[in-house]
Amino acid sequence: MHKKTLGELAAGLRSKEFSSVELTQHFLDRIKQHQDLNAFITVSADSALQQAQAACQLLAAGNAGPLAGIPIAQKDIFCTLGTKTSCGSKMLDNFIAPYDATVVEHFNRAGAVMLGKLNMDEFAMGSSNENSFYGPVRNPWATDCVPGGSSGGSAAAVAARLAPAVTGTDTGGSIRQPAALCGVTGLKPTYGRVSRYGMIAYASSLDQGGPMARSAADAALLLQTMAGFDPKDSTSVDQAVPDYSAGLNDSLQGLKIGLPKQFFSTELDSQMAATIQAAIAEYQKLGAEVKEVDMPNLNLAIPAYYVIASAECSSNLSRYDGVRFGYRCQNPEDLTDLYTRSRGEAFGAEVKRRILMGTYALSAGYYDAYYLKAQQVRRLISEDFKRALSEVDVLMGPVTPSTAFKIGEKTSDPIQMYLEDIYTIAINLAGLPAMSIPAGFIDGKPVGLHVIGNYFSEAKLLNVGHRYQQVTDWHLQIPKGFE
Amino acid sequence: MNSQWEAVIGLEIHTQLSTKSKIFSGAATAYGAEPNTQACAVDLGLPGVLPVLNRDAVRKAVTFGLAIDAEIAPHSVFARKNYFYPDLPKGYQISQFELPIVGNGHLDIDVDGETKRIGITRAHLEEDAGKSLHEDFHGLTGIDLNRAGTPLLEIVSEPDMRSAKEAVAYMRKLHELVRYLEICDGNMQEGSFRCDANVSVRPKGQKEFGTRAEIKNINSFKFVEKAINHEIERQIDVIESGNKVVQETRLYDANKDETRSMRSKEEANDYRYFPDPDLLPVLIEESLKNEIRATLPELPDAKKQRFIDQYHLDNESATTLTSSRELADFYETVVKASGGEAKLASNWLTGDVLGALNKAGLEIGACPVSAERLAGLIKRIADNTISGKTAKQVFDKLWNGSDSADEIIEKEGLVQITDTGAIEAIVDKVIAANPVPVEQYRTGKDKALMALVGQIMKETQGKANPGEVNKMLIAKLKN
Repeated sequence: MHKKTLGELAAGLRSKEFSSVELTQHFLDRIKQHQDLNAFITVSADSALQQAQAACQLLAAGNAGPLAGIPIAQKDIFCTLGTKTSCGSKMLDNFIAPYDATVVEHFNRAGAVMLGKLNMDEFAMGSSNENSFYGPVRNPWATDCVPGGSSGGSAAAVAARLAPAVTGTDTGGSIRQPAALCGVTGLKPTYGRVSRYGMIAYASSLDQGGPMARSAADAALLLQTMAGFDPKDSTSVDQAVPDYSAGLNDSLQGLKIGLPKQFFSTELDSQMAATIQAAIAEYQKLGAEVKEVDMPNLNLAIPAYYVIASAECSSNLSRYDGVRFGYRCQNPEDLTDLYTRSRGEAFGAEVKRRILMGTYALSAGYYDAYYLKAQQVRRLISEDFKRALSEVDVLMGPVTPSTAFKIGEKTSDPIQMYLEDIYTIAINLAGLPAMSIPAGFIDGKPVGLHVIGNYFSEAKLLNVGHRYQQVTDWHLQIPKGFE
Repeated sequence: MNSQWEAVIGLEIHTQLSTKSKIFSGAATAYGAEPNTQACAVDLGLPGVLPVLNRDAVRKAVTFGLAIDAEIAPHSVFARKNYFYPDLPKGYQISQFELPIVGNGHLDIDVDGETKRIGITRAHLEEDAGKSLHEDFHGLTGIDLNRAGTPLLEIVSEPDMRSAKEAVAYMRKLHELVRYLEICDGNMQEGSFRCDANVSVRPKGQKEFGTRAEIKNINSFKFVEKAINHEIERQIDVIESGNKVVQETRLYDANKDETRSMRSKEEANDYRYFPDPDLLPVLIEESLKNEIRATLPELPDAKKQRFIDQYHLDNESATTLTSSRELADFYETVVKASGGEAKLASNWLTGDVLGALNKAGLEIGACPVSAERLAGLIKRIADNTISGKTAKQVFDKLWNGSDSADEIIEKEGLVQITDTGAIEAIVDKVIAANPVPVEQYRTGKDKALMALVGQIMKETQGKANPGEVNKMLIAKLKN
């Protein structure tokens, strides 16, 4: 059952080949069997089986949607009513939200079954999942390697077939980079396409939830459920949601692919470059035309990102003060002690680092030099994309500079870790949709192809991903030990 | 104040906008509920929640801006003001910083018969914080977040005021205006209208401002006047004793009538303002401005001028009658229902009616004598059915009962004697019975006449027209 696509699972449920309860139990068993991966923070077996029961009735009634009775899992950044939402942090280890995130509500309404909450870097800050209070996640393709981050649990769970499809969030690459490192399909939608209500904020102007699945076709079904205007999120966009599955098979004849010169500089690893070029050649066979584009400001993306994201996070994380919920230190002497020890004891090193950087960047006398300057850079980068995407339909390139690295390899050097996101971060600054699709292997470890589109062109990206997946089988590979 | 010094005062006034729900959530704003019963997930700052702007708060801010002839920003931005405090759930307050919704307006005040224009620098929207409760928790502090997220319009004046008296006049005028506009209930006890004052002093004639101190949270007109006067004296003392005023925030203690230091500039927070990424810029289109402008009520100054022109009132009466929209409406209803007795209606309203309301501690809205019933009384005074003196009796009965003026006059037999024969008989009788005052009057002591009139009114039980009595008496005494 764990090898079937979402479409096949939906058909199997309808033909009564298996029930939602059986399907759910099957994945719960797999999760247990592979708990060494540490992909889950919370497995909600009881409520999952209850949801599966309810889905059986929904299916019997005959008008259920495509996700009814299908198990999924949520990144532990989405608030779930009655189930712990930790955001990978000791700070929220005791936090049970009194509400569902809008995305979670959408899945519940569709009758999907939630298997549990997926491991992640603390407050989504990290590129290796090593910053989780609940310990690192292992990459199913090489268990001594990281799965990427921050949606590392999400990517590992899909790769290991512990869940058919899951959610992730992407602030600087947190869906695409782990998708690439684990060989799954991950889509970061246009900023504003998926509601952020109930999705714990890291950097509000960059955060965006999206689907992670085994194929573009499955991701389309997931995004269909996740996307849409939400009156509870002022930054969500009031624009009709198209049918993401309708155009999956559209021809790519004449598709204009832009290759940003800056993505293919001499610094790009030669094996990585060769793998990406091979994928692009496949597109040419499908009728696409390729052209180089120049995006001169791309190299400014990382510094601009770390100013803006840190600034926003320093403010977003102020609410974790030990007063109303979350971790509180033992026997505080006074208010200052309550604040400093609660935060000092419960936040991890990377979270503290970014809060400090952000606080500094927003301080009186530094604001203009850092925050304002970074916002100007952000506009320049957006204009680069705007110009490039007026000439081509999509941009392509690598998602990561290399394949999955060893656990512990980059933890001592935050700059090296930040460079993991060198190809993904600019897209968040511009608010564009982008996707990572499996495009090959180097030394047995997956490589992701980056596909970037114009605002609200998710359907086009999924079409581009799906056509490639019809002529390749990278996305069908299963890591050893997880067949 | 020592005459060689001049005070410079600017006020920051927080008006609570009278919206039904909070500025960024759907929770109710009603005052006085059990602690934390009007605080939803958004107000509590729980993880993952997001603010959604209340459009009514925006409308009310624009209404205010139009009323003070201010610039309405076509594009204004919410910013986060970051600081830690237990009753500030998110660790930041959503406010406006660089781009406020209202900029550059003005308000005219009257002090000692002079009109002075006070500049208003800006007015911006923000959310209120909760309350820390230090009693009843055995040494611990309780937090009530009912007030968290209540919409405020912070109105910042130019440092245009030169005395506590001017500051109070400005504050009163603003208080009157926001209630006219129905954007704030003006309830100062409940904290709907709160004031911070920036005060400095300088030698008269000097152009540069002195170092200022900010006095926080002064919540009555009386305290504003006392706190400012106290602070002016304190600063003069500091300077005259050879020291320097330090820039700081001070708290007014009404019990001790003094201000004391809360924190100095060095201890001040760096609020690390930046645009709130959870909220879009507020865009105000010309069409919205026009729509709101069309619904603006007649403003106090315009109404006052109209009362002077239309009803021929003096400045003082017109000022009193337009001090609130309710009172002005009441007055105009009385005038209309009494058939245009503008002068009488003004006299009665500013005199007996407001006096009685004051004594009873009531607002005009709760006046036991409706405008229509008061008009009934005024009509009878105007047509000489009753004398002014009798009218006071009737008013007492109107206040304490439900009969109309006509019913009271009828039941009590208070109709004025208009039969000149009957009055003449009484006048003759009184002249005959009081030879001493009659003689005194005839020898030039005009005052003696009053004694005779008094006697006649007593004989007629006040039902004679005193003017008629006077005329008749003088005519008879001159014979």
